[in-house]
Amino acid sequence: MTKGRTLKRIAIWIWLGSVCAVSAHAADSQKLRIISWADYVPAEVVAAFKKETGITVELTLSNNEEMISKLRATHGAGYDLAQPSQDRITGPQRDFGIYKPIDLSKVKLGQFQLGLLDIVRRNTTLNGQQYALPYLWGTDGLVVNTKRAKAADYLDLCKPDLAGKTSIRLRRPTLMAFAFAMGKDPFALYSDTKAYSALMDQVGAKLIACKPNFKFFYDNKDQLLNGIRSGEVLAAMMWDTGGWTLNRENPDIQFIVPKSGALGWLDTYALPARGRNDAGAYAWINYTMRPEIAAKITKSVGSFSAAQNTGPLLDPKLKAQFAAAFPDSVVKAIHWYPSIPPGLEEIEGKVLDRVKAAN
Amino acid sequence: MSTPDLVADAVVKRFADHVAVDALSFSVERGSFFSILGPSGCGKTTLLRMIAGFIAPDGGDIAIGGQSMRNVAPNRRPVNMVFQQLALFPMMSVGENVEFGLARRGVGRADRKRKSQEMLERVGLSGAAHKRVDELSGGQRQRVAIARSLVLEPTLLLLDEPLGALDLKLREHMKIELKQLQAAFGTTFVYITHDQSEALVLSDHVGVMNHGRFEQLGTPQELYYRPQTPFVAGFVGANNRIVGKVDSINGEIVALSTASGWSIRARRHGSPAAGAAVEAFVRPEACILGRSVAELPQEFPVQAGAVQSLLFDGANSSVLLLEERTRHEFRIALPQTGQFSDLKPGEKIVFSFDPERAACFPARAGADGRSA
Amino acid sequence: MQTRWHARLMLALLLAPALLWLGALIILPHLDLALLSLRQRTGPQQYVSSLAQYRTFFHEPLYWHVFVRTAVMSVVSTLFTLLVAFPIAWIIAKILQGRASSLLFIVCLVPFWVSETVRTLGWMILLRESGVLPALLVKLGLTAVPVEFLYRDATIMLGLVYTSMLFMLVPLVSSLESLDNSLIEAAYDLGASGASILRTIVIPHAAPGITAGCIIVFMLTLGNYLTPTLLGGKNSEWFTEQIYTQFITRFNWEQGAAFGFLLLGLSTAMVMIGLRLAGQRFGDVMRRT
Ligand SMILES: Nc1ncnc2c1ncn2[C@@H]1O[C@H](COP(=O)(O)OP(=O)(O)O)[C@@H](O)[C@H]1O
Ligand SMILES: [Mg+2]
Repeated sequence: MTKGRTLKRIAIWIWLGSVCAVSAHAADSQKLRIISWADYVPAEVVAAFKKETGITVELTLSNNEEMISKLRATHGAGYDLAQPSQDRITGPQRDFGIYKPIDLSKVKLGQFQLGLLDIVRRNTTLNGQQYALPYLWGTDGLVVNTKRAKAADYLDLCKPDLAGKTSIRLRRPTLMAFAFAMGKDPFALYSDTKAYSALMDQVGAKLIACKPNFKFFYDNKDQLLNGIRSGEVLAAMMWDTGGWTLNRENPDIQFIVPKSGALGWLDTYALPARGRNDAGAYAWINYTMRPEIAAKITKSVGSFSAAQNTGPLLDPKLKAQFAAAFPDSVVKAIHWYPSIPPGLEEIEGKVLDRVKAAN
Repeated sequence: MSTPDLVADAVVKRFADHVAVDALSFSVERGSFFSILGPSGCGKTTLLRMIAGFIAPDGGDIAIGGQSMRNVAPNRRPVNMVFQQLALFPMMSVGENVEFGLARRGVGRADRKRKSQEMLERVGLSGAAHKRVDELSGGQRQRVAIARSLVLEPTLLLLDEPLGALDLKLREHMKIELKQLQAAFGTTFVYITHDQSEALVLSDHVGVMNHGRFEQLGTPQELYYRPQTPFVAGFVGANNRIVGKVDSINGEIVALSTASGWSIRARRHGSPAAGAAVEAFVRPEACILGRSVAELPQEFPVQAGAVQSLLFDGANSSVLLLEERTRHEFRIALPQTGQFSDLKPGEKIVFSFDPERAACFPARAGADGRSA
Repeated sequence: MQTRWHARLMLALLLAPALLWLGALIILPHLDLALLSLRQRTGPQQYVSSLAQYRTFFHEPLYWHVFVRTAVMSVVSTLFTLLVAFPIAWIIAKILQGRASSLLFIVCLVPFWVSETVRTLGWMILLRESGVLPALLVKLGLTAVPVEFLYRDATIMLGLVYTSMLFMLVPLVSSLESLDNSLIEAAYDLGASGASILRTIVIPHAAPGITAGCIIVFMLTLGNYLTPTLLGGKNSEWFTEQIYTQFITRFNWEQGAAFGFLLLGLSTAMVMIGLRLAGQRFGDVMRRT
């Protein structure tokens, strides 16, 4: 390539780039950029929302860590709405300032289930300001191919007869789950860094000993679903509705609430600090918390909405599965993640690294 | 007599339906310089590569030093080749190039050094061992290529138009050098060229090749003075070619005339009948030139013509003239004495030649009227 | 005098976009990362400069282990790539002619028309326990039950070699194509065997191509993320994964930046060593490709 042509090309790219930037700016108030989990934003809801408000939803798929990292890299710009888990909000907010407080006056709070709203308020308030609202929740437990394997608690994943046939995610929920399964309460040690660190070391040692039993550490939903469907994986730590989905395909596969209790996770709505369309974001929040929309979302995602009054609208099959797995006593025993104090994630990170590197 | 160094016996090579080498048989005496002379594309390289072992003959056999070479790989043949483009190894110094073959034979480092040093000295490159190949001139490279082969003391050295890439002056010089090298080493050379002068100057024997066959095999003198085929007559040395029909035959001498009616006489090859198509060749230097008939010998028929141009080339000067009546082009060598060097275009002139020294062949099928 | 001044200005103007480009996309981010790697978090939004990140690397055998493992595997996979690519390059450059040669080249190119992700997933479909190859082996009676081929070092190696193939093949083919056939014949004629021709003629001639291919492949392999993580699964332990984890999962940019610099240092050092071993200069090598 000659130098002249190179220059010309560069000029054209710069020109193209600026054109795109300008046109992107023009349509801001008509565009809502959401960063969220796979399946959390059903296309059908997006289409209906656009019909009603004229706002186009632009979706980026992600997970907790990536959401935080992306917002950190841009100091909270690039998206108008994020959906991190409720325990992962105050920590990053304190360190990186990536969110702005929720203006509760713009939200129809009456649409939310009060209990969930309360948990989120407790866990995401920093300096007197609330940073998130609940969106979807569910629990983690065990999914077991009951015909070919038996497991009642997380530690059963390490039984010799399941060697090479189990799977977990190498992330912090797994550490928590195993800690509970080992009879400890990690949340109670959140304020005692030293004791917490010791506990994590124990959990890490347990996971390292158990490592040959894991076929793989799953990174995305499909990887795990395929593993279980194909029979390569017989038991795994998994979220409830994933298990129920599999159960509908194959009755042998069942979601089991571990003896040590289910871990409840709760994903939220949060506003990135430099989002450009707050009005759109509030409109979306209020829209998706409408009972009929929330029911649609629950049906599509397979996780439970934080909205009130969805009961009569829900799929009876899902309701039955929920009722079977979660009698009232079990619901009461769900361990909800409290907000993570600073420093703990570093400890957990080292443990996870060690597990990853162990042979 | 000792066994010949090289014997080819009915060697054949075909490429698809094209016969590149057509049942060739010949032998080369030990210590002689043998050339294969032929136009480009006649199959010379193919023949040489069969001798070297890079391609296998489709038929016939090649024996070197009395041994059949069937199924002997090139690296096991007592033959070395100087390639058309020399193929010196650019990643090695001159010395390493010369040592290459010795090293492959497992000769020790010190011996190798000594032998290559000696060889470079013999080809006049004593100080060049450490030089890079691309630092050498064309002629020096030529000598390295030969030294690289000769240091292995092969039975046979094959050379594929080694002078082709050199400029004229250097070519003339290298011609002499090659001849001297061959004489000094006494190695049998098989030399390929399309340049008849190289073949004539260098060789003890020459095979004139055309369409994969030898037209004639002999000493340079035989080829020059007694060509056996019209192709050889036309290809070896300069010649005037006259195409015509037989008028009459008188013993060994044929009288023929061209379509335009020019009559000459020439010695007969074969036995053409009256009226048969023939072609005759008269060497430029076989003719005697005069300004008047009185200057010419009386026993030969006198021809007349007009000077078209003077081709001055020192000792090789000649005059191109047009026969008086038919305006047939004819070339005559000028005497070395410098006589006639003052000829002017258009000047009238007479000439004659001994019919015994002109050759008449039956015309070749498909031969056109072009002068060779 | 004036014309020279003019010429210089022109040169500066012509180079300006390239320099800006270089500065904006390469030098500035690296400077930023360098600064990042030299600080330590002491509290929310509080940082002090320190060498703690590098110290962590040297004190934690875990990171060391992954670092060394990545380097060794990269070297081995580069050598494997060379071993596999060389005969193919030889066939393309020297044995096949015209169309057949271009055809083989294109066949080698075809896998690169799809993205690395798709290619790697293709391997996973073939090699996973419930995949094509284990099923085939069972059917052929070679194994009693399906064997899991994924999540092994050999599988990572396979994927890396496959992914790097093209980048080795191109410089090799081009350097072998420039090798005059008559040199090979001359060597053969002078008594050399196939092996000694390879050693004395072919490899010295192709050395710049070999070096260039190895450098490119080594750097690509060292910096590869997808192939080792997907094929290696729970046992991948690739250093880039470690960097990703630090940056994305742990929000520990400082540690990630330090790891990034260590990797940069490693690749620079290895390239230097490689060039020294091959007796080549970097500029010459890059010109030849
Ligand atoms: N490898 C080959 N394949 C097909 N034809 C060939 C090959 N090598 C030579 N020929 C043909 O054989 C004939 C003789 O070639 P060559 O021996 O190179 O001639 P020379 O050396 O006398 O010029 C030519 O017509 C050439 O095109
Ligand atoms: Mg030739």
